Amino acid sequence: MLYREAGQFKTSYAADQALLPILQDRVGLLLIMVVAFVLIPWLASDFFIGSIMIPFLVFTLAAVGLNILTGYAGQLSLGTGAFMGVGAYACYKLTTYFPDINIILLVLFSGVFSAAVGVVFGLPSLRIKGLYLAITTLAAQFFLEWCFIRIGWLYNHNDSGAIEVPQRMLFDIVITGASATPTVRYLVIAVLVAVMTLVAANVLRGRIGRSWMMIRDMDIAAELMGIRPLRAKLSAFAFSSYYCGVAGALMVFFWIGSAEAEAFDINHSLLVLFMVIIGGMGSLLGCFLGAAFIWVLPIAIKIIPGLLGLDVMAATTEHLANIIIGILIIFFLIVEPHGLARLWQIAKEKLRTWPFPYANS
Amino acid sequence: MEMLHSIFVGPFVEMAAYPDFFLQVVWEGFVAGVLYSLIALGFVLIYKASGVFNFAQGIMVVFAALALVSLHEMGVPAWLSVILALGIMGVLAIGVERLMLRKLVNQHDAILLMATIGLTLILKGTGQLIFGGEPKPMITEQLGLPTGSTDWEVFGGIVIFQHIDIAAAVVAMVMVLALGVFFSKTRIGRALRAVADDHQAALSVGISLNQIWAIVWFASGIVALVTGIMWGARSEVSFALEIIALKALAVLILGGFTSIPGAIVGGLVIGIGEKVFEVYWGALFGSGVEAWFAYVLALIFLLFRPQGLFGERIIERV
Repeated sequence: MLYREAGQFKTSYAADQALLPILQDRVGLLLIMVVAFVLIPWLASDFFIGSIMIPFLVFTLAAVGLNILTGYAGQLSLGTGAFMGVGAYACYKLTTYFPDINIILLVLFSGVFSAAVGVVFGLPSLRIKGLYLAITTLAAQFFLEWCFIRIGWLYNHNDSGAIEVPQRMLFDIVITGASATPTVRYLVIAVLVAVMTLVAANVLRGRIGRSWMMIRDMDIAAELMGIRPLRAKLSAFAFSSYYCGVAGALMVFFWIGSAEAEAFDINHSLLVLFMVIIGGMGSLLGCFLGAAFIWVLPIAIKIIPGLLGLDVMAATTEHLANIIIGILIIFFLIVEPHGLARLWQIAKEKLRTWPFPYANS
Repeated sequence: MEMLHSIFVGPFVEMAAYPDFFLQVVWEGFVAGVLYSLIALGFVLIYKASGVFNFAQGIMVVFAALALVSLHEMGVPAWLSVILALGIMGVLAIGVERLMLRKLVNQHDAILLMATIGLTLILKGTGQLIFGGEPKPMITEQLGLPTGSTDWEVFGGIVIFQHIDIAAAVVAMVMVLALGVFFSKTRIGRALRAVADDHQAALSVGISLNQIWAIVWFASGIVALVTGIMWGARSEVSFALEIIALKALAVLILGGFTSIPGAIVGGLVIGIGEKVFEVYWGALFGSGVEAWFAYVLALIFLLFRPQGLFGERIIERV
């Protein structure tokens, strides 16, 4: 009885097409929004915001990007890190050329460069599929990483080879650079991630999103039904890379503050891939769950021995985290290939019939 | 014009002017190629028999080599530690088959690939936890592998051959021959080929798939150990190889996913190609091109011949 659709009647087309047709969902989302935008900035410590919430949101956005490509369009990619890098470097170049333009606009625009690069590396996907495609994205990963190191123009030829974030303001509040407080940076990211997730949700249930899913499920049938594979696949690459690019720009400008090419290496790509797998392929909720899980788990593993009074070295906990994540990936693939998001879905289905599990829902 | 000259003329003139140096570069590339081939060989073995694209092959090399070196550090005699390391790879093979492959049978390729990525993390974490993350020297002399080098005077210059490199090439050759014999002459080898051709048919004539999978994983574990020893003897044993091992993926594209000769030829082509390209054309791009040469070559190759040099199957096209 806690969660049921009975009695919630739709009386207009608008209501029928609502993103969250069920009252309980809307209340739940409202609660999450209150927590995210009021309670956390108000109550949480700087450590919690800076080391957990900000990275969590950045990775969520990257996971949304990868999930669009891998989960919804069925194109396996190992180059997420590099596409994030393109966004970050593009944003850095843009802000040096146009210092007066609002940084948030630049962040959003830098994704366009990433999308363009994504389309170029997505072109082979028209001829090859699956594992073969993984190689082309791997080529993107290593080629772009090399570009970030070798092309001095990208980091303005500075000696460190790193891109550093200048101070920028929004409504007279410092939002980037060393003097921006974690809370402000968190709020900027949270708003962007919320808006972009909403956009993604709507795109995914619209015509383009459906064409991606058709290509994923059976490309030949999709083609017969009038979906153009070229357009569907390249748009998936463009869309996905755009999200990754914005995530990369956010990562450098609002989280770590400066970055070298190593920040976007293959391990970074794999990390985002793990988030998508564990969270659930083809689910936006899964991106949030997966990112939270993969990011928080190692931190939790680091903190728990301290709480128990054990003295464990930092390196050891990192290795343990690796092992646990590896085991979890295999476990999830075996037991629940649809990830954490599927668990939530099962819970919702149970709640629909609760407390009469034998009743037909 | 100058640009075109430095692409199409300059490097060749240089090659012709200093043939000894060119030979040295090719040799270095050849040795690197042997290592790529060996890693790719491990991939091919598993892919042929079970259709699993084993992302963990690279880390298996590191794991095997680290196990060997660490066992020796603990005071186990060199050859006994080789046997023990093989035992560890055997246990790993059985474990992978029991706990992972058996449960994931009939799943999509991408799911299996991701499972091996999970395996990569487990092996990496376990390896670092047990053996430590710092690079270790390979026990070259204790294993009786040659050290030192030979100078060969040719074309009015000197080409240097490290003995360990020659040994690596010989060992690789012996191993490929041994695998060839194993596949064509032994009972298990034939069963393996039957499984590779058709799972269902193999099952129906009484071949145990589970057993075969454990055996191929063990075989690629052996290949991994040998690769680890040879590679460790050239530099040292560290987790850095993991990234280099990814080049084997490019090798596979070139050679074809199911072809053992393809893995060898592809590895050599990429090894020699990237060294020559780096030395003669690298300056044009600002050096470090070795990092991506293999993948970009594979990418170009994919567009023209997706099944690879020796691949048997035309891959799905859209």
